[in-house]
Amino acid sequence: MSDSTTSPLRRRLLAGGAAGAAIAGAPFVSRLAYAQSLPIKIGFPTPLTGAFSAEAQDQVRAAELAVKEFNAAGGFNGRKVELLVRDDKLNPGEAATRTLELIEKDKVDLIVGSLSAATQLSINAICKSRKTLFNSISQSDAINEAKDWSFYTFHEALTPHATAGAVARYAFPKFGKKVVYLTADYAYGHEMVRGFQRAGQAFGMQTLADIRHPLGAADYSAFLPRIQALKPDILVLCNFGRDLLNSAKQITDFGLKKQMKVIAPVLLYTARQAGGAEAFDGILGGTGYYWGMEDTIPSAKKFNDKFRKAYGGAVPSDYGALGYAGIRSVLQAIQEARSTTATAVANVMRKMRYDFYKGTQFYRLCDHQSVQSIIIVESKSTGMKDKYDVFKILSIEAPSESNLRTCDELGHKVI
Amino acid sequence: MAEISFQLLLLQLMTGLALGAIYALLAVGLSLIFGMLTVVNFAHGAFFMVGAFLGVYFLGLTGSFWFSLVLTPLAVGAIGLLCERFLVRPLYGRGIDYPLLLTFGLSYVMIESMRVLFGLEGVPTSVPAELKGVVDLGIGSFPTYRLFLIVATAVIIGALWLFIEKTRYGLIIRAGSRDPEIVRILGVDIARVWLIVFGIGTAIAGLSGLLAAPTRAVNAEMGIPVLAESFVVTVVGGMGSLPGAVVAGLLVGVVFSMTSLFAPEYAELSIFVLMAVVLLVRPQGLFGKAGLMG
Repeated sequence: MSDSTTSPLRRRLLAGGAAGAAIAGAPFVSRLAYAQSLPIKIGFPTPLTGAFSAEAQDQVRAAELAVKEFNAAGGFNGRKVELLVRDDKLNPGEAATRTLELIEKDKVDLIVGSLSAATQLSINAICKSRKTLFNSISQSDAINEAKDWSFYTFHEALTPHATAGAVARYAFPKFGKKVVYLTADYAYGHEMVRGFQRAGQAFGMQTLADIRHPLGAADYSAFLPRIQALKPDILVLCNFGRDLLNSAKQITDFGLKKQMKVIAPVLLYTARQAGGAEAFDGILGGTGYYWGMEDTIPSAKKFNDKFRKAYGGAVPSDYGALGYAGIRSVLQAIQEARSTTATAVANVMRKMRYDFYKGTQFYRLCDHQSVQSIIIVESKSTGMKDKYDVFKILSIEAPSESNLRTCDELGHKVI
Repeated sequence: MAEISFQLLLLQLMTGLALGAIYALLAVGLSLIFGMLTVVNFAHGAFFMVGAFLGVYFLGLTGSFWFSLVLTPLAVGAIGLLCERFLVRPLYGRGIDYPLLLTFGLSYVMIESMRVLFGLEGVPTSVPAELKGVVDLGIGSFPTYRLFLIVATAVIIGALWLFIEKTRYGLIIRAGSRDPEIVRILGVDIARVWLIVFGIGTAIAGLSGLLAAPTRAVNAEMGIPVLAESFVVTVVGGMGSLPGAVVAGLLVGVVFSMTSLFAPEYAELSIFVLMAVVLLVRPQGLFGKAGLMG
């Protein structure tokens, strides 16, 4: 324990301890002292191996940055933070086991992490049953729904519904009325189409076709002649990861980009880096963070500079930034609550307004969804300053609760 | 669907043929090895994947797609030669499941090696500059590179056919596939023939990997679905039959493409339905049992 802290609370505790010691003898004092020098443990399950490993590793780097920063500033009451990173292998069962282990064996104070809709739900289920606070940093629509949600569930990342909506609101009025969707045939793809179609109603958009492709398909050429023949103004790629890369690549080869505007609901920095400039050239999409925001957002500049300094000039990716924000939110709440108990921390988070990296954010009361800005970017292929310079920021949609699905719709009784 | 015109059907057919070209190439390599060595090569998809990685690597090294087109099959074929000589050969005469399990394990070793060498994310690729763009076929525009794929496959399979059918060495290969004992008694080193056939088969797999690379994401897992697809083609065409592999490859490509047009949700399923139907009607496959060169 360090002797430099002089908080009133601690003084009271010590005084109490001293009084207790007078009565009960030495063991009580040493146990109290021991509890205060214990680190605050944050469990961090994330898929270090598997398809999203690049994003997951960036999450860890940024999370570690937030922890170091907090510890360097003295920690909480002299208590340092310890980050316990676990590989959930992108497998919901593994994620549940690791989370249970973190809570029961490692005795973590709270959980931040996850990267995939499925693993975050299984982590959330464990945290819910153990009344442990969980701040999820992966995109999902389901986690906010009443059936999965608990008072201890927080969602730092965007929801696909909000991202798709923001992209639609930006792109639909600009590029024409006729739309074709090329959709990965699973829940995420369908959610995206729903998000676009709802936002599209306001602009009188017309869906020419919603073509469903099998998840994980390597070749999309067989879908493309039909899209070409349909002559849409806009082609929306409602798929993710390698599916997005492969379809974008083949759309480029078939020359479809010359005939229509191609948009994707979620355009990730890491995906663009892996896929190359050519495949993504001119594709427009939404993201939660892009380092280029630093030109207009001071907190982004501060965050990027810290990240660059810690990691040899590299810039944080969108998911990386969420790792940073996810940790900082809970740490700030611990500081303000002057407690690490889940209920106290959750109560502070519910009221918090914070700006760690992308402008002001806050958690909506009914579902603890972080209400935040959404960035609309377009992928560049020319005029890039360096290898980090991949997107042009077209617009930043201001945070607004009205862009989320309503509390009612999610099954929450409005608090 | 009212919007489907004759032109669209033709364009869809072309797309299917381009897809089928890669299937056919893969199945030819698989069939060649099975027909000669009765080795079911479960590492075929992995050789395809290694071909894609090495192809991109050589392209970066030499700056020329054409150099890479020569170097890649040589390199992958060399890996194939080593595998046959030191891993597969000790298992001959031990039943068909031994080499099957060996190559299955080998595929995982190859996948992990590529992850270690090139990373989990894979490597970005693009269509070579001289083959970029689209050609107007009169029925609609079609990517130049996919036309090139059809032509390249025809050339490679044509060359293979000439080699097996018209050269002295091809004669030995054909004889060896019918009756290896007699060929050995006639004084031919049959082990060397098998070695070379395995090398050619894997080289073709590597070449198809390189040819497919510009059209899709290159990553360590890319060979896994490809293996299943090439087995479907081989079974439809008849195990061990080269003409069967070519015809079935193109057929599978066209069936996939046409299903994608009319019922996209069932595109992936369609090729397995095709396989089931063929197996019910003609269990030996379209060209099965007719010997290596049908």
